[in-house]
Amino acid sequence: MNWLQLGPAATVAFLGAFLASFVEFVEAATIVLAVGTVRGWRSALTGTALALVVLCALVLVLGPALTQVPERALQLVVGLLLLLFGMRWLRKAILRGAGVLALHDEDAIFRSETANLRLARATARWGVDPIATVTAFKSVLLEGVEVAFIVIAVAAGGAGLLPAAASGAAVAGVLVVGLAVVVHRPLARVPENTLKFAVGVLISAFGVFWTGEGLGIAWPGQDLSLLALIVVMLAAGLAGVRIAGSAAARVAVRVEAR
Amino acid sequence: MAILRAILGEFVGLFVDDGSLAVALLVWCAVVGAAMKLVPGLPAAGSGVALLFGCVAILLVNAGRTAKLRMGKR
Repeated sequence: MNWLQLGPAATVAFLGAFLASFVEFVEAATIVLAVGTVRGWRSALTGTALALVVLCALVLVLGPALTQVPERALQLVVGLLLLLFGMRWLRKAILRGAGVLALHDEDAIFRSETANLRLARATARWGVDPIATVTAFKSVLLEGVEVAFIVIAVAAGGAGLLPAAASGAAVAGVLVVGLAVVVHRPLARVPENTLKFAVGVLISAFGVFWTGEGLGIAWPGQDLSLLALIVVMLAAGLAGVRIAGSAAARVAVRVEAR
Repeated sequence: MAILRAILGEFVGLFVDDGSLAVALLVWCAVVGAAMKLVPGLPAAGSGVALLFGCVAILLVNAGRTAKLRMGKR
């Protein structure tokens, strides 16, 4: 079956997985680049490869286990998890957009990580530096778990969505690795908060949709209602930036007046 | 072991950043689910609208409150 013919759900699954994975891959690439630059590429790539092996094992074990869960229960659990996940991203993006939280700075993370790695002392064994390997392993595994969750969760909601979600994540992975190899420095120009805002909107809409399906709500227009949910979430996110911005401004004025 | 703990912490952190937001969303979903069970004549579209706009309201209230708290601490 061609996933492009599956309609809005598959398109949103592809887009959501692509954007969310892109952000996670950028974060992992920053750390791997820092490790490789300071302590050598052999250790950085060894840690990355080990993490990818563990990730594949996790997906191979957990993926088929999900098929044993009844569809309605799976939709409800996955919907709730996606709702919590998406709303968390959207809330953070709102607060960053309103200037309440500092923006994510890949250059600053790269600088602090390279400084820490330069200070750390360790003896290499078999040509592999343990601190560098563990740092790359941890970073790729943690961000990879997020990517795996997004792909599995988005795809678990409906039949035929796995190819769309997996393709989105794969395209994002290839793109980020390609860019990292070409520019050889952190991808600092990525508009990360805008991406996180978009991911928050898409995943939250997906979360409401699957939670509703799991609760027995028959959405008008079925999959098409996802588009309406996305529009409402987008409007809510933009309103949230204004609300948080004006609330912060009111407090700042009060504090200054004291 | 420390890596496993970090991964577990990171996994929980995927869904829960501000505990009150997570709890409020889960409670609201439970309320909508219970209402659908207890009131059989409830229109499905109405439940969908209630679910969606309840979640949106929770997000907006949380964002506004967090902004106030954060700026008050600066």
